Amino acid sequence: MKKDTSYINALENEAIYIIREVAAQFEKPVLLFSGGKDSITLVRLAQKAFYPAKIPFPLMHIDTGHNFPETIEFRDRLVEELGLELIVRNVQDSIDQGKVKEESGRYASRNMLQTTTLLDAIEEFKFDACIGGARRDEEKARAKERIFSVRDDFGQWDEKNQRPELFDMLNGEIDLGQNVRVFPISNWTELDVWSYIEKENIEIPSIYFAHKRKVFLRDGLIWSAEDGVVYRDEEEEVIEEMVRFRTVGDMSCTAAVLSEASTITKVVEEIRDSSISERGARIDDKRSEAAMEKRKQQGYF
Amino acid sequence: MEVLKIATAGSVDDGKSTLIGRILYDTKSLTTDKLEAIEKTSKQRGYDYLDFSLATDGLVAEREQGITIDVAHIYFSTPKKSYIIADTPGHVEYTRNMVTGASTSQASIILIDARKGVIEQTNRHFFINNLLRIKDVVVAINKMDLVDYSEDVYNKIKADFEELMSKRDYQDQSISFIPVSALKGDNVVNASKNMPWYKGETLLDHLEKLDKADIFNVGTPRFPVQYVIRPKTEEYHDFRGYAGKVYGGNLSVGDEVVVLPSLTKSKIKEIYFYDQKYETASRRSSVTITLEDDVNVSRGDMIVKADDLPTIEKQFTANVCWMDSKQLTPGAKYIVQHGINKVLAKVDNIHHKIHPDYSGIEEEVSGLGMNDIAQVSFKLNKPIYYDKFKNHRTNGSFIIIDTQSNNTVGAGFIQ
Ligand SMILES: Nc1nc2c(ncn2[C@@H]2O[C@H](COP(=O)(O)OP(=O)(O)O)[C@@H](O)[C@H]2O)c(=O)[nH]1
Ligand SMILES: [Mg+2]
Repeated sequence: MKKDTSYINALENEAIYIIREVAAQFEKPVLLFSGGKDSITLVRLAQKAFYPAKIPFPLMHIDTGHNFPETIEFRDRLVEELGLELIVRNVQDSIDQGKVKEESGRYASRNMLQTTTLLDAIEEFKFDACIGGARRDEEKARAKERIFSVRDDFGQWDEKNQRPELFDMLNGEIDLGQNVRVFPISNWTELDVWSYIEKENIEIPSIYFAHKRKVFLRDGLIWSAEDGVVYRDEEEEVIEEMVRFRTVGDMSCTAAVLSEASTITKVVEEIRDSSISERGARIDDKRSEAAMEKRKQQGYF
Repeated sequence: MEVLKIATAGSVDDGKSTLIGRILYDTKSLTTDKLEAIEKTSKQRGYDYLDFSLATDGLVAEREQGITIDVAHIYFSTPKKSYIIADTPGHVEYTRNMVTGASTSQASIILIDARKGVIEQTNRHFFINNLLRIKDVVVAINKMDLVDYSEDVYNKIKADFEELMSKRDYQDQSISFIPVSALKGDNVVNASKNMPWYKGETLLDHLEKLDKADIFNVGTPRFPVQYVIRPKTEEYHDFRGYAGKVYGGNLSVGDEVVVLPSLTKSKIKEIYFYDQKYETASRRSSVTITLEDDVNVSRGDMIVKADDLPTIEKQFTANVCWMDSKQLTPGAKYIVQHGINKVLAKVDNIHHKIHPDYSGIEEEVSGLGMNDIAQVSFKLNKPIYYDKFKNHRTNGSFIIIDTQSNNTVGAGFIQ
């Protein structure tokens, strides 16, 4: 059944309202841009909020150096087309400056290192509001995050002592040195984001769609074997599969899912089916179970 | 359809978290990994049933102590609607959290433990729901499995609650009574086989049938200007657009309007939503408006229909719910945020405290503590443009901000 999507308008109106509040209440806001679908959605919402004027704040990408090349190409084109200002700060620089230490081994990832680079950049530019694409449905603890979430000088979130948020009034009063993380799509689910991308015909990086890729299997998950970012043991055999990515974060901790969904409509269908299928099993769980099965068949153990 | 936001209310252990978990389970909204986690933890703890409250209690401290500390938002959808349920905690800061949860909700569920019936806490839950003028309230009489699914118990609780209803201030509130077992799943999503005497809707059926008219009050249009859009490009050289959200009712091109506080008259020239122009902007849409005349409008101003002005005053009286451990005292100064408009306010007088359990009022009050509800009057440094809360839920409400801590310390409903 095709679901009535008009409810997304309500979410869209709410997000635009929040983004406008940021521009009005803060001196130096910034939109944290990862190149992923959530931040691309945020850019579209920000465009809508200020049309026909340009988005009145820059985008900032904290680059782990482990991005999919498609994401970076996409980012640069988007910024160029919309005439936006883009700030890039690199995790590699934080590593070179000795501020953080690169992890090593099989599960090495730069995901955790990003925080230091981000906090330094916030301080460097004196940003007082950072717009991000986090959603409350992502994780249980996130479900309690406010829309305007105050962070102290150390970027800390005091989850037990949050400001109450009433009606749709957003209190952006802060002290010097504090900043606010703003989550305009707090109330969206993953499916909402995908449905919106479909409805609005928003362009997203190609890795979100099914494509042939050299991958290897580990712990029942599918990892990219291209670009050499993900550490791979020699005995972990490279195979080629039709896959897509559900998120496009740091390559080193972003697994692919087997998929034939080559268009946005098919991706939405796949996700919709997965979220309301029997006992709500997610398609990627199922797919990866299947992948595991395959791995066994191929005699890995 | 819009997204339906629902607040829950109930004392500790009445089964709020279990009820929400049950809804998620029966609507197949729990993903396999979440379900497995619930099964595993329930087993580890030696339960012989699934503890669905694990689905919503998110903070580590909550999982450890088995209680809900902060409001959690839970999302699920059916082919008909998208839902957001606020799971509100039942502990010390109860009133504060409930007011918060209810302020953004259009419907609410009050839980009653069938073994305990209507207790003092129920009065409070109902009082707050009524104070916030939630249009649709479901009284879920829970744990029916523990009272042999007895119709008599249900009827007794219903009668007691109806007596409470006779004391309410806001009469135009629809109230339904549903006997449920959150744990066993009776009448939550699926109709109960254990209570053939109950012929009404299940909880989910009830929510699914709610229509816009059942949950929204129609009021008059109010358009607070959030942001002035001046592109300063060749193409839009003289463009001055007023960005904001429409509250209460629709605005259309050609409408005669007045800009507050200047009282300048003009007409709506264009309504933009992104790059499209529209004839009408409907309630709650975030649009950009241009006016026929070159008037001076800035953030915090309000555009309203010329024949329907709000009250423009430098003082008001309101019911205030206090949310801070530092007391509110007469003479103290705060920031009042009314919609997007911020003004400096001084507490003029605390008239009386209102006991939220319908046990009356208390005069001679020297200050307000956490969770107190009272009638308070304020003096402002600038006028605001308000409606009474009973006529306009958005334009009749405000928050109070502490000038030192910057915290949101209270909420108010203008009388
Ligand atoms: N027998 C029975 N127990 C229930 C029911 N609903 C909740 N409980 C139990 O009551 C306790 C408190 O439930 P919980 O959902 O945590 O309550 P909350 O504090 O309102 O969130 C738990 O042990 C639940 O298993 C019910 O319908 N029947
Ligand atoms: Mg609970």
